[in-house]
Amino acid sequence: MVMKGKNYLSGNNSASFVAIFKRDIRLALRNGIGSFIAVIFFVITVTLFPLAVGPELNLLTRVAPGVLWVCALLSTMLSLDSLFREDFEDGNLEQIVLGVLPLELVVLSKAFAHWVTTGLPLIICAPVLAVLLNMSGKGFIVLILSLLLGTPALSMIGTVGAALTVSLRRGGVLIALLVLPLSVPILIFGVGAVEGAIFGLGERSPLLILAGGFVASLVLAPIASAAALKMAVE
Amino acid sequence: MTKAKNFRLNFHFLANPARFIRFTNKIFPWVLIIAIASIVSGLILGLAIVPPDYQQGDAYRIIFVHVPSAWMGLFIYAVMAFSCAVGIIWRHPLAFLISKASAPIGACFTFICLLTGSLWGQPMWGTWWVWDARLTSMLVLLFLYIGYIALNSAFQDSHKGARASSILVLVGVINLPIVKFSVDWWNTLHQPATISKIDSPSIDSSMIAPLLLMIVGFMTYYFTTLIIRVRSEIIDRRIKKIRLEQTRAMNE
Repeated sequence: MVMKGKNYLSGNNSASFVAIFKRDIRLALRNGIGSFIAVIFFVITVTLFPLAVGPELNLLTRVAPGVLWVCALLSTMLSLDSLFREDFEDGNLEQIVLGVLPLELVVLSKAFAHWVTTGLPLIICAPVLAVLLNMSGKGFIVLILSLLLGTPALSMIGTVGAALTVSLRRGGVLIALLVLPLSVPILIFGVGAVEGAIFGLGERSPLLILAGGFVASLVLAPIASAAALKMAVE
Repeated sequence: MTKAKNFRLNFHFLANPARFIRFTNKIFPWVLIIAIASIVSGLILGLAIVPPDYQQGDAYRIIFVHVPSAWMGLFIYAVMAFSCAVGIIWRHPLAFLISKASAPIGACFTFICLLTGSLWGQPMWGTWWVWDARLTSMLVLLFLYIGYIALNSAFQDSHKGARASSILVLVGVINLPIVKFSVDWWNTLHQPATISKIDSPSIDSSMIAPLLLMIVGFMTYYFTTLIIRVRSEIIDRRIKKIRLEQTRAMNE
C-alpha cells in the first residue's frame, strides 16, 4: 500500500523517518485483530505453562521470570516475518531503497514501529501475567525495566533475520533459526535481572549489560539489515 | 612493506579457480600425510604412552580430542568470518566457496567438542551437561553454524545465498569472544584454559606433546577436507555451466 509516497521518498531525513514509522504503525493498526496477534500469542503461551508444569504456586514463583521472558522472545519472533516481506513483494521496498533516507535509518524506523506494535503491548501485559504466575512482588519493576531494555533489542536483532530471509518464500521458520541464537544473551541477562531482584543478588549489573546489548544492537543491527536488504532488491 | 606486497600477491594468486586446483594438487598429498601422521602419533602418545592423571585417572585423556576440536570449532568460524568479509569487500571469487565448504566441518568439530565434553563431564562433574557460560556459548556456536548452512542452502541462486549468509556469519562473530573469554568472565564449572599461559602452563609437560600433535593433526585434517570440498564445488559449478550451455545450444 502506497501512502503519500512522497513523504518517505523525498524531503529531509527526519521527515522520511517519521513518515515510514507512521505508515508502519497505521498499516499494523488497520490489520484489525492481526495487529494484536503477538500479544495474544504471548498471553496464550504463558497460560500454557501452569497447565504443563502444574499449578503449584511455589514452582510457578520460581519459573515466572523465565517463562515471561521466553514467551516475550517467541512472540517478538512471530511478527518478524512480515517486517519487510509485504514491502518487498509489492515493490515498496525498492522505492524506499531509492529514497533519500539511508537504509540503516529505514531499518531503525521500521524496527521502532515493530517494537511499538509488539514489544510495547507485551510490556503492558507482562505485569498482569506475572500476577497470574504468582511472581514475587520484588521483581515487578525490574521485570518492566528489563523488558523495556530487552524487547527493543530483540526487535533490532530480529530485523537482521527478517532482512536476510525477505526474498525467500518460506522464511518464517528460518528466521527463528537465525535470530534465536543471537538473542540468547538478551534472554539470559533479562531473566538474570528479574531473578537478581527477587532473590536479592542485585539487579544492577544484569540491567547494565542489558542496556549495553540494547545500545549495541541499535547501532550494529541496522548496518547488517541494510546490507541484507540491498542484496535482496538488487 | 615487501611482506605486505607478498601477502597481496598470495591473496590474489588463488583467485583463479584453475590455479587454485593446480596449487592444491601440489600441496594436497603433503597436508594429508602430515594430518594422518600427527593424528595417529598423537592418539598413540595420548591414549597409551602418557601417564594417567594423578586425580582423574585415565578419563582425562579425552582432552586430546576435546580441546583440539574446541579450538577448531572457533578457528573455522574465524576463517569463515574472514573469508566472508573478503568476499563482501573484494568480491574474491573463492572466498564464499571457502566459507561454504568450511561450515559443515566447523559444525562437526563443534559437535565433537560438545559430545566429548559431555562424556568427560559425566564421570568428573557427575552430570552430562551444565548450563554454564562456556557450554552454552559453544552450543550457540553450533546453532550459528546450522543457521548459516540452512540460510545458504535456502536460496535458489547460490550466489545470492552465499552473500546473504555471509552477513549472518559476520553478525555471529560477536559470539567468538564470548566463547573464548566465558571461563574468565564468569566463575563457572568449566575450568579455564589449560595451555594458554605459555611460560607456566597448568598441564604437565609430558601431556603437551600429544595435545600439540592433535592440534596440528586436526588443523591439517581441516585443510585436506577443505581442499576436497572447495575443489568439488568448483567442479560442480563447471558441470552446471557446461550443462547450461548444452541446453542453450540445443534450444537454438
